[in-house]
Amino acid sequence: MRARVFVTLKPSVFDPQGTTVADALHTLGYAAVRNVRQGKYFELDIDAQTAEDARKLASEAADKLLANPVIESYRIEVGNA
Amino acid sequence: MKFAVVVFPGSNCDHDAYYAVEHVLGQEAAFVWHKDTSLGGADVVVLPGGFAHGDYLRTGAIARFSPIMQAVQAFADAGGPVLGICNGFQVLLEAGLLPGAMLRNRSVKFQCEHVFVRVEQTHTPFTMACRQGQVLRIPIAHGEGNYYAEPAVVERLEQNRQVVFRYTTAAGEVTDAANPNGSVHNIAGLCNERRNVVGLMPHPERACELAVGSADGLLLFDSVVRALTQGVLATAR
Repeated sequence: MRARVFVTLKPSVFDPQGTTVADALHTLGYAAVRNVRQGKYFELDIDAQTAEDARKLASEAADKLLANPVIESYRIEVGNA
Repeated sequence: MKFAVVVFPGSNCDHDAYYAVEHVLGQEAAFVWHKDTSLGGADVVVLPGGFAHGDYLRTGAIARFSPIMQAVQAFADAGGPVLGICNGFQVLLEAGLLPGAMLRNRSVKFQCEHVFVRVEQTHTPFTMACRQGQVLRIPIAHGEGNYYAEPAVVERLEQNRQVVFRYTTAAGEVTDAANPNGSVHNIAGLCNERRNVVGLMPHPERACELAVGSADGLLLFDSVVRALTQGVLATAR
């Protein structure tokens, strides 16, 4: 199974990198881009029988390591690799 | 008095810390590899600056799981004095020994310069040789020193007097211009509730001799020697 983990800064947390990327896009003329938030994306290939098992493992991994709960939140998508 | 300087793969201020302790302070220093499980009977633990594990994932996020960190946690739990400098501070945050987290500097630049920090609390083992409100000139060198914690956490830090250092002007004024990275409340360093674990982004070990521009950082090392000599701290061995 493959779990895809998307880690993003919490909405309340300032994102200097996202702001800088947004500024660059505006410089390129993309005035329609209102806001950019930068995050991290992980693909975990997991030996698991069910999607539920894979999700549980990915969730543990995110809690322990992939995301810092002080500043980040995450969501997980599970599917066949 | 024995100082353990923890070395992670990617630490690069470990030798500066060793030099400050052994050759300027005149105390015993020993390197401890991150895969070790013992601090070798040290009286003080220093987590030095650098880029532990390449700062991959997040600063300090991988270092937190190094075997030595269990010994550091136990040492801190027993009341032993722990100083985290720059990347060492980031490791302490990730390990949960201090509250909060680091964000990228608001400038999105690696800031490398001398700054002024005001000593907000002298009631810690690393500041007891300072005067309350004393302004120290110490260099910073980091890309992710923008301290963040939830407003309620920051409020608790302030109430408990856990903010140990704040970025200020040379005259000791807290201004936005004096804040090099965007840290909330200009926080440059803090301690845990028990006050034996201190972390700060500036590098006191790089400011221990006038030949390098400032000797203000030596006060932190003098402090812990005094704290241990006077028995202010429970020995943690």
